[in-house]
Amino acid sequence: MSTETKPDIDIDRSVGDFRYEMEYAYDAGVGLSEATIDYISDVKDDPDWVRAFRKEGYRKFLEKPMPTNWATKDLENIVFENIRYYLSQGQVPKRSWDDVPDDIKKTFERLGIPEQERKFLSGVEAQFDSEAAYSNIKAAVGEQGVIFVGSTEGLKEHPEIFKKWFGKVIPSGDNKFSALNSAVFSGGSFIYVPPGVKVKHPLQAYFRINAQNFGQFERTLIIADEGAELTYMEGCTAPKFETATLHSAVVELVAMKGAKIQYITVQNWSSNVFNLVTKRGLAHEDAEIKWIDCNIGSRLTMKYPGVVMKGKGARGEVVSIALSGDGQHQDTGAKMIHAADNTTSNIISKSISLGTGRSTYRGMVHVPKHLKGCKNNTECDALLINTNSRTDTYPAISVRGQGNAVQHEASVSQISSEQIFYMQQRGLSEAAAMSLAVNGFVNDLVQQFPMEYSVELKRLIDLEMEGSVG
Amino acid sequence: MTLSATSEIRVQDTPVRGITALPLHHHGSHEGHTSPWPEWFQHDQQKAWDLYESLPMPKRNDEPWRFANLKALDLSGFQPATPVQDEAALIARSSGFADLAAKLIFANDAVIHRDVTGLPAGVLLLPLEQAATEHEELFQKHFMSTEARLGSKKFAALHRARLRSGAFVHVPKGVVIEQPIEIWHWVEGENAAIFPHTLIVLGEGASATVIDRFVSSRDERSLALAVNDLTLGANSRLSYVGVQEWSDKATAFHLNTTEVQRDGLSTALQMNFGGSYIRGESDSHLLGEGSRSVMLSINPASGTREIDQRTFQDHFSPRATSDLLYHNALADSSRTIFAGLIKVEEAAHETDAYQKVRNLMLSDEAEANSMPGLEILADNVRCTHGATSGELNEDELFYMLARGIPPKQAAQLIVRGFFGTVLERLENEGLQTHLGGLLDRKLNL
Repeated sequence: MSTETKPDIDIDRSVGDFRYEMEYAYDAGVGLSEATIDYISDVKDDPDWVRAFRKEGYRKFLEKPMPTNWATKDLENIVFENIRYYLSQGQVPKRSWDDVPDDIKKTFERLGIPEQERKFLSGVEAQFDSEAAYSNIKAAVGEQGVIFVGSTEGLKEHPEIFKKWFGKVIPSGDNKFSALNSAVFSGGSFIYVPPGVKVKHPLQAYFRINAQNFGQFERTLIIADEGAELTYMEGCTAPKFETATLHSAVVELVAMKGAKIQYITVQNWSSNVFNLVTKRGLAHEDAEIKWIDCNIGSRLTMKYPGVVMKGKGARGEVVSIALSGDGQHQDTGAKMIHAADNTTSNIISKSISLGTGRSTYRGMVHVPKHLKGCKNNTECDALLINTNSRTDTYPAISVRGQGNAVQHEASVSQISSEQIFYMQQRGLSEAAAMSLAVNGFVNDLVQQFPMEYSVELKRLIDLEMEGSVG
Repeated sequence: MTLSATSEIRVQDTPVRGITALPLHHHGSHEGHTSPWPEWFQHDQQKAWDLYESLPMPKRNDEPWRFANLKALDLSGFQPATPVQDEAALIARSSGFADLAAKLIFANDAVIHRDVTGLPAGVLLLPLEQAATEHEELFQKHFMSTEARLGSKKFAALHRARLRSGAFVHVPKGVVIEQPIEIWHWVEGENAAIFPHTLIVLGEGASATVIDRFVSSRDERSLALAVNDLTLGANSRLSYVGVQEWSDKATAFHLNTTEVQRDGLSTALQMNFGGSYIRGESDSHLLGEGSRSVMLSINPASGTREIDQRTFQDHFSPRATSDLLYHNALADSSRTIFAGLIKVEEAAHETDAYQKVRNLMLSDEAEANSMPGLEILADNVRCTHGATSGELNEDELFYMLARGIPPKQAAQLIVRGFFGTVLERLENEGLQTHLGGLLDRKLNL
């Protein structure tokens, strides 16, 4: 927080900013065409229905216009022809850390993955460019029947569960980028938790982009069967390249009756990544889906995690923290679709804009006709640090019929000069005082993250705050 | 394109054939009359028509038309209003606020009554065409001087092109008018189209209250494309109320622009009692330091009425305040859309901006859409916005039922109270009482 801890912070900053020269065994080349999709399908030995699904996605991708009628024009800077859509070393994930190729191992060791796993995580899946490089699940969890594999493995080995839900929560034509993902998806996780199984420790995934001009399109599908419970965490990094990189994931969650899923993301892509992600959960009766989303990195993030509350008494929640530094635009928010009686949703969003950073909250709350007892609460608070910082709030709330309660509140504020003055009087530097105030602003949300993530978050905030004062 | 060649003017997918067919000027020279408008304005109208034709119709994906029922924008079938049959009857029906400084009555875009005896010296209350001729500079400076930014650029162009008359209010520097000015806009005739306009210019330190009343003579289908421009000089104060009582079959646009200079205070209330489709756009420009704009709206929606309101609180200068409060009560299968934006431009430090929309849902078939937005480009600002949708308070209902008030009346009383909190924002108590009485009648209390 203050200057004494600075050495630690410096080490943190460099954690993701490195890359290795790789010889890729499989490379779909630059640009996107039907041939690229066939290449990916061939390499991955896709079943016919997956190949057809990809082609359908590709067709929709071409059809759909860029959403620049409401979104930022910065999207126009994505040059789809220059992107590499598939790169991998070998498509079968290794089960033991020792089997992972040395160069990939080096990358993940620098990110500290096996170390984390040894500490407490139930399973780890690490994705390097297009494919999972390493995946393991602790024996205890595996014995309970929990499946935690890559999406490729999932669709081949568990087609009966996979096919039932894949593309059902987020249809491939949902938006241009979900269509793109449907065409070229690779990697990501498939998780199935059997009825009544409560996974004690979080399952975890790391995503890393190593190659320049590379697009990462992982696809995650998580199913918690009746009464099951699960927490999933993902982290992402990429080195800084000269040119922009695209990350466009699709994440689908299905919580069956009474199930609970908590999905935690700490996004720290380097500042030239376009991070355009579609995430949505389907909550059946009395199920609960909670997205905890923290966006610190990337050039442009567009991400609005959603919950479709399909069963009575279902509950959806989004907790969102966004930090936009110089040149960054965090365009984040939430979508809450109430589709049954007595469903409740809660959105809490806090954003901080620094320097020329821009934070945008975009939300959608939808209560259709003839529903009773639906409740939504939305709170968005924005903090502006510098005179050239920017923040926007664009919620859209539709309510039909009576018997429901929906409220939205937003505020924009600064750190009061009195607060800073007070802390300076007590010997803190201006920068330290600012950091403390910003950490105070997000503190109640940071607490919701698991321990080591909240520590990391605080450090990242301090780091971003450096030099932003004055 | 020549002025008379209207029949050749056709643009594909412009569904306003009825409007297209009308002569550019109701009193145009080809009818054997001389236009009351100066020639430069007629030229201006021709340009506006060209612009109208060149602009596309709103499309489903246009953000300013999100949630809107675009079918309501099909203006084909509307014809320019022709002179009303019984002016005296409409004058007799134009009874509103009792204690007025002046009254001006339009019927189908023509002045049928003008009483300015109570106005202080120097104050102008004129038909627009007269203002354009006699006060050209003032008119040119303020008449539709800012672009319609909230989606209706095309319809604002149509208004300009088809304008026939309107009210021009000018209160010179330092002049204070105690009593309100009331302006009536009547529409009569099945499928009649009118283009009401109210232009209010307040000089430095001036003060005025203006009531615009929009009424249908009969229960007929009609189109009103109304514009009001409120221009407030430094330190001036304006209270503006639009009371809209169109027939339930009417389509209406009410497009507002408010510009407030240093330390000026604008309070504008729009009450929507009628109409089948109402599109309101209110665009406040906080131009001077310490300027204030209070934006209010009362919307009892019933039947299948759609009330689509878009607002903009644009802060250009430091230490200005804007405060928006919109209350919608939705009965039957009515529909409301509220899309509001607070924008704090880079220089507008120490801005205070508030925005609140509340939807009271009275029926299972009603639908309320709210899009309260913020765009903040300056720091050291205080901005909050909120949107709520809820139903009648059970406790309040129970309290009244327990005291023998019939359920329907109890519900109306709660709605009355809900709207009352907006009315209370008006400074003029006499006006509050008058409008409160109008609310009581509309709610059958």
